Amino acid sequence: MSEHDDGSSHHHPRPLSAAALRAQAIEALLAEKGLLASDAIDKIVEIYTRDIGPLNGARVVARAWSDAGYKQRLLRDGTAAIAELGFGGLQGEHMVVVENTPRVHNVVCCTLCSCYPWPVLGLPPSWYKSFEYRARIVREPRAVLRELGLELPATVEVRVWDSSAEVRYMVLPERPPGSEGLSEAELSALVTRDAMIGVARALSPKR
Amino acid sequence: MNGMHDIGGMDGFGRVPYRDREPVFHEPWEGRVFGMMMTRAGEVTPPTLDASRHRIERLEPREYLALSYYERWLAAKERGLLEAGVLTAAAIAAKMAAIAADPAAAAVRHEDAVFAGKIPRIVAEGSPAARPTRGRPRFAVGERVITRNLHPHGHTRLPRYARGKRGVITGYHGAHVFPDTNAHGRGEHPQHLYTVRFAARELWGAAAEAKTYVALDLWQSYLEPDATPRRRRAAASGKAQRKRVR
Repeated sequence: MSEHDDGSSHHHPRPLSAAALRAQAIEALLAEKGLLASDAIDKIVEIYTRDIGPLNGARVVARAWSDAGYKQRLLRDGTAAIAELGFGGLQGEHMVVVENTPRVHNVVCCTLCSCYPWPVLGLPPSWYKSFEYRARIVREPRAVLRELGLELPATVEVRVWDSSAEVRYMVLPERPPGSEGLSEAELSALVTRDAMIGVARALSPKR
Repeated sequence: MNGMHDIGGMDGFGRVPYRDREPVFHEPWEGRVFGMMMTRAGEVTPPTLDASRHRIERLEPREYLALSYYERWLAAKERGLLEAGVLTAAAIAAKMAAIAADPAAAAVRHEDAVFAGKIPRIVAEGSPAARPTRGRPRFAVGERVITRNLHPHGHTRLPRYARGKRGVITGYHGAHVFPDTNAHGRGEHPQHLYTVRFAARELWGAAAEAKTYVALDLWQSYLEPDATPRRRRAAASGKAQRKRVR
């Protein structure tokens, strides 16, 4: 086992799974026929693994925490306000941002497939696409959130947003106590992907 | 369609398989499948987003449950290519065997620098579903509606758990492409799109979690005005019943 730990993959590669074989076979056959663009596929994969991810959304949230005017624009027209920071496009064409407050907690899901706001959060994590999350979050959101470590007081109203159309939702988490005076860059480090889905709070600043 | 994908509200799945960190693609082939899907590789008539979703929904329920996420994308892709006659099952099997025997058999590329160069713009611009509005919306924010009890065999975005349920319009998004026709190549037929908020008790009965709401984005033809008098609404949602029990 240890002989492969040096990261080399040029000899004795792991046998391919059936899915990997099938995917490679289909891609190779289409390439032979000239029916796909290998370089376009490379580019798409590169964009979604390297360029687009939850750091984008964290910048949006940090701006909203720092700038009351921006926050107002963000809650009124999410798509336009997110575009101010240069984010938008596929699976974020119609953005709605919903605000968590001491009285209201929002959480986002897609029970029918895997809809998710790509331009601000990147591609969704596996658990978001899991049967467990899709089946349960609309039926027992408080129980699911509790399992994920977020215990909500009974006085807090829970709003689940099931993305059934091309509108994509992002949660504006509550600004954590103790974060006064932090710069936008410092604030954005407190904003996790999970906080923008609504299954966690923003992180507390380190003292 | 009442397919396996329409899973909201099902019991029995257990804990959410949460992981804090994971790669975007767990294995390289997942990224290639994602890329083939996004670039409409091999498609004679490129499917709309709605049609792509419907291909996944049409997977046989046991297959849908047994496959991983990107395996479902791959199965849907393969099905589309087979149905269009672009590839044959025999050719795929033969190529799989060839790659299993010699991984170098997978190293086939076909470049299209012009298309590849357009990808960043395609990603950044997206593909909005909003269309010019025709006719005035039937419902206003604040209005009570009831969802129709629709069970089409084709594609729909009205999940089973929200059919025949009472809710309130809380948002309006203009006219959007109607997936129920667009998924089947029957045209975009844009309709007014609303956010409708449902009380958890209306969806799941009196034992539902308190102070909990579910919002869905629903097209106008999924909705009817709710003319139910207030007292009967309360009874239907279980409030009156609970009072009597007390």
